[in-house]
Amino acid sequence: MADATFRVEDRPDGSRNVVLSGCWSLRAVDNNFADLREQLRPFFADPFTHWDLTGIEQIDSAGATVLLSGWGHRLDNRITLLPEQRTQFTTLASLPARLSMQTGRGRVKTQAQRSWESYLAFVSHLLDFIGLMGALLLEILHLLRHPHEIPWKEISANVYKGGVLALPVTGLVGFMIGIAMSYLMALQLRKFGADIFIINILGLAIIRELGPILMAVLVAGRSGSAMTAQIGVMRVTEEIDALATMGISRVLRLIFPKVIGLTLVAPLLVFWTSCWALVGGMIAAKLQLGIGFAFFLDYLPRVVQPVNLSLSMVKALMFGLLVTLIACHFGLRVKPNTESLSANTTTSVVVAITAVILVDAVFAIFTRNVGL
Amino acid sequence: MSMNPSAPVCEVCNVWTEYGPTIIHQDLNLEVQHGEVMALVGGSGSGKTTLLRHIVGLTEPSRGEIRLFGKVLATLDREQQRQTRNRFGMLFQQGALFSALNVFENIAFPLRELRQFDEDAIHLLVMHKLALVELEPRHAWLLPAQLSGGMIKRVGLARALALEPELLVLDEPTAGLDPDRSENFVRLVKNLRHQLGLTVIFVTHDLDTLTSLTDRVAVLADQRIVACCELRQLGMVEHPFAQNFFQGVEHRLKLLG
Repeated sequence: MADATFRVEDRPDGSRNVVLSGCWSLRAVDNNFADLREQLRPFFADPFTHWDLTGIEQIDSAGATVLLSGWGHRLDNRITLLPEQRTQFTTLASLPARLSMQTGRGRVKTQAQRSWESYLAFVSHLLDFIGLMGALLLEILHLLRHPHEIPWKEISANVYKGGVLALPVTGLVGFMIGIAMSYLMALQLRKFGADIFIINILGLAIIRELGPILMAVLVAGRSGSAMTAQIGVMRVTEEIDALATMGISRVLRLIFPKVIGLTLVAPLLVFWTSCWALVGGMIAAKLQLGIGFAFFLDYLPRVVQPVNLSLSMVKALMFGLLVTLIACHFGLRVKPNTESLSANTTTSVVVAITAVILVDAVFAIFTRNVGL
Repeated sequence: MSMNPSAPVCEVCNVWTEYGPTIIHQDLNLEVQHGEVMALVGGSGSGKTTLLRHIVGLTEPSRGEIRLFGKVLATLDREQQRQTRNRFGMLFQQGALFSALNVFENIAFPLRELRQFDEDAIHLLVMHKLALVELEPRHAWLLPAQLSGGMIKRVGLARALALEPELLVLDEPTAGLDPDRSENFVRLVKNLRHQLGLTVIFVTHDLDTLTSLTDRVAVLADQRIVACCELRQLGMVEHPFAQNFFQGVEHRLKLLG
């Protein structure tokens, strides 16, 4: 197979004749049609050039397309073709041209249209979310009447996956944050000679705020994204439909165990995270300010009222529920393509963390008189 | 570039495939000549798809080598590998279309990767491939999830044909299609083969597809090719699977005359 080439001859009438030869096809792998098009450009532009294709060994649709689009999608008597080449070119020329087709793309939206669309998207999310909570409520009512249908195994699996397997990472992050906070505050407090207050600050901040928030962020990133991806892939592979045809409620089997499992395990995770953060804080306080462990632990319950612990547990329950519901909500909205899967997983984590912080702020305002 | 038309397009030489203690292929040999349609048949789990994946270079055999167009894929450098891979097209069993891209972009993808065509040419080529597999231009803007099973196979075929390959590798091309559609699909592949001068290797369970499409058939059983011959000569092969198989094919062959 010879590569595609061409030579230019002068015709008696002063115009030029381009004689093509070789193999104008992709099968001759050394052909580069971008270069060929570039070399032919001056002849494409000249309306008096004649073209002779009869010397071509073989031409495929790729070669023909490059020539045809150079000629402006028209065949005329300047072009000499073999009969089978003529059929090939006529077929190509009869295909719908690019500009004649409505591609469904490229329409520019105005700002108003875009805001209206995002408003509609928000409303649809809200409705879906409310629908999901309603479905979950109905399932819970159903389970209250038929307790033998409670999916204990799935719940236990979720407690293990979302809780037990999260212990190392939440513990480590809590510990590190505890050290960092205690270390920084120790430097400030020492300036005022208020060393002892490190226990108040650490105790309140960690137990009341940081523990629940840290847990929620970690769980949203760890378990929330996994849930969205799992439910999403199950939608893509029609596994959810398979469940439905077996008469098994997807909410009961997929959503309910996740919600219950993670909501129940969240307070325990918060407790665990807060403990490690306090341990980190204690160590830094001992190294920086010389406050002994025994004194720290003895003084802590006196300055941090036990009600703060209850608040923290309530928050943990709320955050666990919120993160799981949001994860499941976005999982169920995944459309059967990879783009939608990645977009929904990302959005799920972002929305979960934002929602948790929002709820935390509102909660802080309403409980400002409790336990301080 | 020179090419010897008599050299086999694909040679499988003494290939062994082992997954731990499980042996899938044992000293397997196969040759596919230029321009022929070769069917690969065998029981479920006999390693047909595995062999196909070896051929297209997705996996490597434990021993032995596979030459495509006279070259062993794994020994080539990146650029040569890309060039050789562009000389064959593969249709996967489930289509393996890019789910985030519409039909047009799916078919345009290999063309764009080549970086030789402008938008105008790409558009024309995609429309040409769509016409080739008998889809309408309006189908170009659908997403893979909106397509029926038969359409997915067609789009997959159009994508496999985008770079004008010499060799087409089809994994169960008619599985999951109704008899009408599978007949259409077979007719389509047959036409394309004549139009484009293709060599085709395909795996199938469907006897109708087999009888109407294939020149030669390779029977994979007992971890090797027990027969590689024309369909009509299969009756003479002394192997229970081949015999069994031939009985299914026999009356279809008679119908064809």
